[in-house]
Amino acid sequence: MLTFVQQLLNGLTIGSFYAFVALGYSLIYAILKLINFAHGDLFGLGAYLGYTVFVYASGVVGRTLGLWGLLPMGFAAAALGTACAGLVIERVAYRPIYPIGRLPAVVSALGMAIFLSNFIMAVWGPRYLAYQESFIPTGFWQIGEFKIRVLQVLILVSSLVLLGVLYFVVERTTFGAAVRAVALDRETAALMGIDFLKVIRFAFAVGPALGAIAGVFVGMYYRQINFTMGWVYGLKAFTATILGGIGNIPGAMVGGILLGLLEALTAGYISAAWKDVFVFAALMLLLIFRPTGLLGEKVAEKV
Amino acid sequence: MLLRVESVSVAYGAVEALKSVSLSVEGAEIVAVLGANGAGKTTLLKAISGLVPVKSGAIVHDGKKLHGLPPHVIARLGVVHIPEGRRVFATLTVEENLNLGGYGCPKEEVARAKERVFALFPVLKERRRQLAGTLSGGEQQMLAIGRGLMRSPKLMLLDEPSLGLAPLLVDQVFSTIVQINKEGVPILIVEQNARKALSIADQAHILEVGRLVLSGPARELAADERVRQAYLGGATYERRRRIRESRAAGEAPDPRG
Repeated sequence: MLTFVQQLLNGLTIGSFYAFVALGYSLIYAILKLINFAHGDLFGLGAYLGYTVFVYASGVVGRTLGLWGLLPMGFAAAALGTACAGLVIERVAYRPIYPIGRLPAVVSALGMAIFLSNFIMAVWGPRYLAYQESFIPTGFWQIGEFKIRVLQVLILVSSLVLLGVLYFVVERTTFGAAVRAVALDRETAALMGIDFLKVIRFAFAVGPALGAIAGVFVGMYYRQINFTMGWVYGLKAFTATILGGIGNIPGAMVGGILLGLLEALTAGYISAAWKDVFVFAALMLLLIFRPTGLLGEKVAEKV
Repeated sequence: MLLRVESVSVAYGAVEALKSVSLSVEGAEIVAVLGANGAGKTTLLKAISGLVPVKSGAIVHDGKKLHGLPPHVIARLGVVHIPEGRRVFATLTVEENLNLGGYGCPKEEVARAKERVFALFPVLKERRRQLAGTLSGGEQQMLAIGRGLMRSPKLMLLDEPSLGLAPLLVDQVFSTIVQINKEGVPILIVEQNARKALSIADQAHILEVGRLVLSGPARELAADERVRQAYLGGATYERRRRIRESRAAGEAPDPRG
């Protein structure tokens, strides 16, 4: 029972990383029908930006405001910096290419992914960097034999809040309706007075910002980051996106959490080495029976 | 003069879809553009609303140059284009569709416009929480028109509002259009249903493979022999009418007409 709860908690934590990153894929896919392969590396960039701010600010800010003053700074800087990077990528690598077609845009996305990971390597070096204890919440609560880490609670609560806010914005506000309208039918959305570029900018700012927050959390959770992390997480999150149904916001969240749970439970009960085998086998089975993913919309494709 | 289209040409690659088309909408009137499939009717409306770029010529609305502006800016100027095939956002609710029609307008204005639309189409009020894709074809056309009314249009561009609707619904849609026009909204309508369009229009134009071939008051065009032959069915129409009448009289229709 104890292992089960512990694995469940681990699964939810990893799952929320995937969900954060998956949202970026899904948002951009919904609007542009483009798989932004650079998204995973934007997530990596976020982890590095957060790291840098923490390292440089931990001295002064850490002493005066303490850890809980330092954390918001690091997250905000990572999110803002990565959002800007997302906007620049959209402008430079995608916008000139959309009119040509989808395949060239995919190539451009892959190119941006390679560029970004190499950029990270060139700036921060190829070796693992350690997220130090001085900027990680290390506390925990002990309930009997059961241990809850403050960091895990922080990760789960902030994902719940942020994903909830995004869900509310997209599903309940008029701007969100505009985003969904652009995803359904860009031409008619323009006739409603909706500025397509504004919606694209929203996706390319919010997606990477959420990815960056996940990147910082991953750094804190595993205590180390590397320039290849974007590729690994990008791939897993992309899997989560497909699992949940691409182009669907709640789907990305559900897919991410489910993937994390599957991984953690396989690792806990079967074998950590075999977790990817089980996860991808489950994915294949799901896709055979539900090709559009768990929450994939059948209607949207018909329109 | 409200809308002036001046020798506008539009090309898709090497194919010229519109060749130096000029027309105008003078005031709160209904102007109809008729023509066969592929004549360039939809292209004309898309050029006005900015969905396709104008190759040469000018489009001026209310003294403001429209050509070259992006479509969302043109929409916000009050030039409302209701596209062919209704194009409602199927997975959005009826109410969300309407709200988007007034996208960017102040909240109170949207609320007021929505009440007006609900008064015009009570069925939309009943179904406001339903997904637009679940509405019938006629209801979707009402939603498309209602959505267009959300921005208090200064000019309404209507593309084939009768397409795919049962005759009874066609009549309903056209009487709604007349009603909207009576409230002061100028309308530029393109239609394949020439008879219907001519019956409500003040001015009419005939478009043939990208060129305007005939223009004039709708009543004159309806009486024009060439128009009757080509667009009002000519002899075919007469035959259909006889068949209908004989059916109504309870006789077996004569297949030879």
